[in-house]
Amino acid sequence: MIEKSPIALQFTDVSFAYPTLQILENVTFHFHQGEFIALVGPNGSGKTTLLKLILGLEEAQEGTITLMGGSVKTMRPEIGYVPQYATYDPSFPISVIEVVMMGLVDSSRRLKKQEIRNKAIEALKQVELEDLVDRPYSQLSGGQRRRVLVARALVSSPKMLILDEPTANMDKESEARLYSTLERLKGNTTILIVTHDTRFVSDLTDRVFCIDVQHEGSAGRTVVQHALENIEGEDQKRVRHDVEIPADFCAYPRKMPL
Amino acid sequence: MNGFFELLFSPDVPFIRNAFFAGILSSVLFGILGSVVTVKRIAGLAGAISHAVLGGIGIALYLSAAGIVPDLSPMVGAIIFALLSAFLIGAVSLKSKQREDTVIQAIWAIGMSIGVLFMAKTPGYTNPSSYLFGNILLISSCDLILLAILDVIVLFLAWRFYPQLEATSFDEEFAAVRGIPTQAVFLIILAVTAVAVVLLQTFVGIVMVIAMLTLPAGTAGYTARNLASMMLLSTLYSLLFSAGGLVVGWSLDLPVGAVVVVLAGLVFLSHAARAALRKKRSNRDPSSS
Repeated sequence: MIEKSPIALQFTDVSFAYPTLQILENVTFHFHQGEFIALVGPNGSGKTTLLKLILGLEEAQEGTITLMGGSVKTMRPEIGYVPQYATYDPSFPISVIEVVMMGLVDSSRRLKKQEIRNKAIEALKQVELEDLVDRPYSQLSGGQRRRVLVARALVSSPKMLILDEPTANMDKESEARLYSTLERLKGNTTILIVTHDTRFVSDLTDRVFCIDVQHEGSAGRTVVQHALENIEGEDQKRVRHDVEIPADFCAYPRKMPL
Repeated sequence: MNGFFELLFSPDVPFIRNAFFAGILSSVLFGILGSVVTVKRIAGLAGAISHAVLGGIGIALYLSAAGIVPDLSPMVGAIIFALLSAFLIGAVSLKSKQREDTVIQAIWAIGMSIGVLFMAKTPGYTNPSSYLFGNILLISSCDLILLAILDVIVLFLAWRFYPQLEATSFDEEFAAVRGIPTQAVFLIILAVTAVAVVLLQTFVGIVMVIAMLTLPAGTAGYTARNLASMMLLSTLYSLLFSAGGLVVGWSLDLPVGAVVVVLAGLVFLSHAARAALRKKRSNRDPSSS
């Protein structure tokens, strides 16, 4: 069913460079709506740049990026984004519900407060934090804060959810709750998780793309697809770096002959 | 104290009344813009703009006194300089983060130096301390009207674009993903702050205006539950400090601007000390929190 669903994101021969540094070169890959995708790569490999291209915060110098059949700028509101959030200002006065309501803000509209508050409470229920509605955001644990940001991403009912290092500095309980939320969303919402752990990914993952390959003669890195291996009794899958699949091939694992 | 209130309504000394209304009108700007400057952590940028305006004041005074541009108001020069420095600082902050500190400090110092140089060459006597530290005798009815107009503009912008303002202040990257033009918002905040600084300096002076853009908001930040309540509380604190500073300054024959800032500083420090003590106590006894 996933294979027949429309393409969610497509990169075609995309290259990107900062003034003095080539980051990405000839990146071609795609995935479909409803898939659970992991994008892995070590620190400094270009994951953040790739993410910025998907979010429309940077523009590629070469190639095309298609998001849900349209351009990134027009389809961006369909994305729910959960940032890594390394920098957080604990002195910013804001409550949990206000952070979640922020997920419905746009360039100029003012929505009805009660309407967006109800939607925000629904989103908090999805991440099991509805008891903390009026709690100051600064009083939450790191794991709870991350789940609030997931609720902020979900409040607009996005077609695609992008999570940047979602379990970094997260306790085991919060991690388990986060993945149970993602499990409920899987299939209806396209999920893209970006992580620096190149060895293991969640067992929910359908396909994994790696951004650690620099082909001979290329200055920038490109994206390849690797096989995934189930680990018995574990809630993780192992990334098979020794089995490379063309990045633009999407029938794996159901039709790909091994 | 009674003497002060008699003077406040006396038609013979309109400048006291002007100073009082300037304090009230300034409080709205100190409260709203101060909260934005504080949560966006751009106090350094606002400080550089506020000091650079001395350059514009100096040039305008010189051009006017030398007869090159007769009757040129120092405020016109200040606003031009403030907007120029705001644009320059904004552009550097957005495009060249590595050199941000150097450029901001340079604009701060160069602006002030230009002001001092032109004032030194201005025919007649020019006292820079009136601009640096404020002078309630200089507040005119025209200043009050301009302050009132800017109050209305700032109140409208804060009400109309509150969700966008809150989002860009809390998480700029997320706001950009939601389609908010974060760079334009940043430049508008700097430009409005620049114009406000020029109007506010008549009350507390160039040097101390940045203190009033940060201290009441910083104090409000200890108890505010969200950005809107921070703006409101900060406005009330500013009102209290302005009125208190005017009464104390007038009664004890002290410079009003300096008294206002000292009052604001004392209240901020007492809140900071109380918060630090509370944190220390809760760290020592986790069960009490």
